[in-house]
Amino acid sequence: MSERITKSMARNIYFGGSLFAILVFAGLSVDTVQRVPELSHADKITESVARGKNLWEVNNCVGCHTIMGEGAYYAPELGNVFDRRGAGNEEAFKAYMQGWMAAQPLSEPGRRKMPQFHLSEAQVNDLADFLIWTSRIDDNEWPPNIEG
Amino acid sequence: MKYSSQMVAKNYFIFALVLLAGEMLFGLILGTQYIAGDFLFPEIPFNVARMVHTNLLIVLILFGFMGSAYYLVPEESERELWSPLLANIMFWVFAAAGVATILGYLLVPYATLAELTYNNLLPTMGREFLEQPTITKIGIVVVALAFVLNIGMTILKGRKTVITVVLLTGLLGLAVFFLFAFYVPDNLVLDKFFWWYVVHLWVEGVWELILGAILSFVLIKVTGVDREHIDKWLYLIIAMTLVSGIVGTGHHYFYIGAPSYWLWIGSIASAVEPLPFFLMILYAFTMAKQRRIDHDNKMALTWAKGTAVMAFLGAGVLGFLHTLAPVNFFTHGTQLTAAHGHLSFFGAYIMILFTIISYAMPILRGRPHGNCAKAQAVERKAFWMMVIGMLGVTSALVIAGTMQVFLQRLPDVDALSFMATQTEIVPVYMVRLAFGVMSVLGLLTYFYSFFVKEEA
Ligand code: HEM
Ligand code: HEM
Ligand SMILES: [Fe+2]
Repeated sequence: MSERITKSMARNIYFGGSLFAILVFAGLSVDTVQRVPELSHADKITESVARGKNLWEVNNCVGCHTIMGEGAYYAPELGNVFDRRGAGNEEAFKAYMQGWMAAQPLSEPGRRKMPQFHLSEAQVNDLADFLIWTSRIDDNEWPPNIEG
Repeated sequence: MKYSSQMVAKNYFIFALVLLAGEMLFGLILGTQYIAGDFLFPEIPFNVARMVHTNLLIVLILFGFMGSAYYLVPEESERELWSPLLANIMFWVFAAAGVATILGYLLVPYATLAELTYNNLLPTMGREFLEQPTITKIGIVVVALAFVLNIGMTILKGRKTVITVVLLTGLLGLAVFFLFAFYVPDNLVLDKFFWWYVVHLWVEGVWELILGAILSFVLIKVTGVDREHIDKWLYLIIAMTLVSGIVGTGHHYFYIGAPSYWLWIGSIASAVEPLPFFLMILYAFTMAKQRRIDHDNKMALTWAKGTAVMAFLGAGVLGFLHTLAPVNFFTHGTQLTAAHGHLSFFGAYIMILFTIISYAMPILRGRPHGNCAKAQAVERKAFWMMVIGMLGVTSALVIAGTMQVFLQRLPDVDALSFMATQTEIVPVYMVRLAFGVMSVLGLLTYFYSFFVKEEA
């Protein structure tokens, strides 16, 4: 195969092909950035949701959990935890979250451990708001079932 | 060694290997925590061990790339390095920043580290692989700029070869795409979208250019084939890489809130991504067959061929396995992802470092013909222990991921919960850990080969 292709042909494929790929990808990226606000309900990103996202980050939650399938695979998916534990009821979910965060780490021997993060009630509320917002993102119906 | 300034590479190589030992050790801690949830808790929670594991991995690869560039660019450019002093200073800056960051992870809770480093001024922490405090990220940018400047000036002032130009393109891309690590919008979807500009466009884009350049350099040196031939192969491989890999980023945009056209575009483009890895196998084996010299350093060529094969298995085969949207729907974020992550990182980016280190270190240590036969025999054992060890680790993870899909994802009724599924998989995780131990023993054997002396 390589006998029929000369070095300058190979170089032209490299430059031409890369340029084409970059243009296609840049164009699609611009389009995506314009459509994400609607797909993610960006108008519902309240200050509480934004604070919740920051808490998610500075406590490195993604170091154990996945969120929409990305992160670590040690602990359950949390992109749909509102659906799983709150069943559509925001108040019930927030109460559940307060109890859950306060109870960590569970004392069952041998079980994988989640640390105690010493968050205030308001902070847990922000995290819950962030997870509720996340659960409503239009992500092509992922995950396949409620278990995540 | 043709130019005395190539010597700056030595520290970089040694430090990369030390970090690799740390990385694999923390891998064993993680593997144990998968089986015994209490292990080292609360001293080292899983997320902390994982950060250390993955951050060491990335930093060691960066050290390895820098060492490779400092070694091969003077020889290719036929002149001394622009500034050996700058290269030495940057080594100590980067090493100190790296060690301080790892200690930060281990010694204080992550939220405290965020506070201590004023993360609130420019929040960038707490995203996978990019957990470093903002100040460390700024440090990485400074080191990368000084490095690219040093290498760029050497290349511009000397002989320009296809290898050095491709290498420089890759290194520039590495530095530029890292800048997206500073963009952290409140919208999680946009955050994820641009996070992949760093992660995917690194490993399936510009890093493959660096990989191709290093591989080509070593192949020229140990086979003596002519440069025209090498250049043509290199161009073809990186052309396929960028044509498929850039738009292939779309295989991460299926289920994170991006528009649904990515389901098609990401699947089709990334389905082509195994091709450049396959070409790499043909390349390495064809060059080996057409070799004009028989270099005494046999292990360098073994590592080069091994890199091509293992990168194809890890990135090409395991990547393809879950890259089509309908399959990814069920495998997304399971142990199959971890299986692929392990074999691709090891096969492509750790093995290419072994390739160049295996070729260059003996020369840097005053042995132009490679290590003695006895040392090479030990190194060959180490090669097989690590390769079989990592194949074992990933095979176990493929089984674990498949179980996850069948127990947790596929059933419409009576699907097991995440935690219940993990309990079912524990026996497989034990097999994974055993193969992990084998890989670590392989690495220790490799270190030992450095100290094997010729029989008098
Ligand atoms: C010594 C054997 C090793 C063991 C037992 C091990 C174990 C682990 C574990 C348990 C995780 C966390 C998975 C999770 O998030 O739940 C992990 C992550 C990771 N490790 Fe290792 N590891 C080992 C060696 C390596 C090596 C040699 C490399 C690369 C060359 C590597 C690269 C990675 C990467 C890239 C991730 C993140 C994976 C992802 O996000 O998909 N590991 N490792
Ligand atoms: C050497 C090259 C490669 C490396 C180092 C690499 C590494 C990785 C890593 C570490 C992840 C996990 C990221 C995370 O934590 O979320 C990942 C995900 C993924 N990779 Fe690769 N990869 C490479 C090449 C490829 C190729 C060639 C393909 C396709 C043919 C591919 C397909 C995928 C897909 C589809 C995912 C997402 C998995 C999921 O949905 O959970 N990769 N890769
Ligand atoms: Fe990718």
